[in-house]
Amino acid sequence: MSGKIWVVAEQWRGKLSEITFESLALGREVADGLGVPLQAVLLGHNVKNLAGALGLADSVIYIDHPALAEPDAGSQADALAQLVRQHKPHALLVPLTNVSLGIGTLLAEQVGAPVVNFCKDLRVVDGRLEADCVLYGGKIEATVTAKGDPAVIGLSPGSRPPDKGRSEKKPPVEEVAVTLPDQPVIKLKAYLEPDAGDVDITQQDVLVAVGRGIQSKENLALAEELAGALGGALCGSRPVIDQGWLPLSRQVGKSGVSVKPRLYLALGISGAPEHIEGMKDAPLIVAVNSDPQAPIFNVAHYGIVADAMDMIPTLKETVQALRG
Amino acid sequence: MNILVLMRMVPDVVEELEIAPDGKGLDTEYLRMIVNESDDHALEQALILKERRGGKVTVLALDAPDVDDVLFSAVAKGADRVLKIEGGDGGLTTRAAAGVFAKVIDSQSDLKSVDVVLTGVQAIDDLDALVAPILSRRLGLPYLGIVTKVTLDESGKAVTAVREFSAGVRGEFEVPLPAVLGIQAAEKPPRYVPVAKVRAAMKSHKIESVGAPTTADAGLPLIEVMRMRKPEVSSHAQMLDGAPEEISKKLAGIFTERGLL
Repeated sequence: MSGKIWVVAEQWRGKLSEITFESLALGREVADGLGVPLQAVLLGHNVKNLAGALGLADSVIYIDHPALAEPDAGSQADALAQLVRQHKPHALLVPLTNVSLGIGTLLAEQVGAPVVNFCKDLRVVDGRLEADCVLYGGKIEATVTAKGDPAVIGLSPGSRPPDKGRSEKKPPVEEVAVTLPDQPVIKLKAYLEPDAGDVDITQQDVLVAVGRGIQSKENLALAEELAGALGGALCGSRPVIDQGWLPLSRQVGKSGVSVKPRLYLALGISGAPEHIEGMKDAPLIVAVNSDPQAPIFNVAHYGIVADAMDMIPTLKETVQALRG
Repeated sequence: MNILVLMRMVPDVVEELEIAPDGKGLDTEYLRMIVNESDDHALEQALILKERRGGKVTVLALDAPDVDDVLFSAVAKGADRVLKIEGGDGGLTTRAAAGVFAKVIDSQSDLKSVDVVLTGVQAIDDLDALVAPILSRRLGLPYLGIVTKVTLDESGKAVTAVREFSAGVRGEFEVPLPAVLGIQAAEKPPRYVPVAKVRAAMKSHKIESVGAPTTADAGLPLIEVMRMRKPEVSSHAQMLDGAPEEISKKLAGIFTERGLL
């Protein structure tokens, strides 16, 4: 087995994403385990300067093309497919983030490679890669192996601390040309910046977060009162935002923001991986959920199996009484 | 505008999931199936597009328990035509399912000629692929994922689609038609439809049956599930029991200890 391990470096709007360093840390481990080099692949336009930060890899392949200026999954997969055919890596770690989603599957279909999605950990066992994957909204974990090279590993955020993927070393950078249309077929017209919103939930000491278990928009007022009693703000998981019960500026998780309040009180949130990604680092997480198997209890410090609506009024009164 | 919506059923994770005796998959005996949530949003987005500029919404689904209810409910909501792919292997992986969709679309000229294909961007069981990217490659159409809004341009030859990035930033894209879009969420939450309307749809409409392609997807790149397990829930959290009053007091104590109150 001589194929390299590749890490597809994610950069967006001129910056390397945290997941790039997480992937490098994990990629380093498995490349060393297999005794093969670790190579980072950086795609973009006029961002060669970013390659210098990828020093945990033994080397970097940089592809510069105007069609790669913005994240277009099709163009990126096209570019990677050309490289893969030429260099035949053993496996590629491709981020499963909202910037890179789709690239892995497109590439795999193009080069006839297997895909392993939702990977949260990867290791070498008897000379082959085994991936631990999170399925069914966090309720099941599967250990999976890919049959055939190159394995396209869709890596979820949080596999390793990003700091483990940083290095002072300057890697050798090789610039490689690919053939792409001048512009992607799908054109970015504009970025839509988030509305500032009335409250910046990334700056709060206390966040009361509501999920599907809150059941109705009317119940939000009660949760808001509890947040007020605790001196914090209200935020939510994807279903609550999709229902239009809370604005996008209050969304925690993959598409929203990552938060690290001193207290994160999760009410009726099951804890899908997309949500956990945005709040797992809070030092005190308390979760209330009626399902004892809810994955939120895997990251919570304190868990309560109850209907969130049964807990909110009592907890509010208790806190208010204490505060006087 | 001719819109094709692809829908799949997935296990309802609100129910307890059991691992099959071989330890490599889910025990399907007691599995309750529901429609993939983002596929439901794809249908809603299709109906919104039809309401705005006219057209026809066709829904194509893979056969699975309770899929008929989903299809009749789609009719009740405003879909014009519903089809079910029958006779195939149940328990397909996502990659195989996407291959079946692609073959069926490719074999039916009225499906192949649609202006846009909408499907959910992701499902909770997408272990070996995502449907929309596979389909886009098989059909040779452009792909955009994580879409939360679709508007048909004046020309009728392209759509403007909003897709999510991270930290609340979104991007507005011009997508030439035909195209495959992976829908994250519709502009509005999926509409509610009363049971009476679904019953009426059962009487007024038929689900068209399409045979699953017989030729197996030879050489499909494979992955092997070696084992499945349920994560040790609450091995991390300290669980608090008791009446709400009792738990509230415990929590207030913890908050006070941490200087939060």
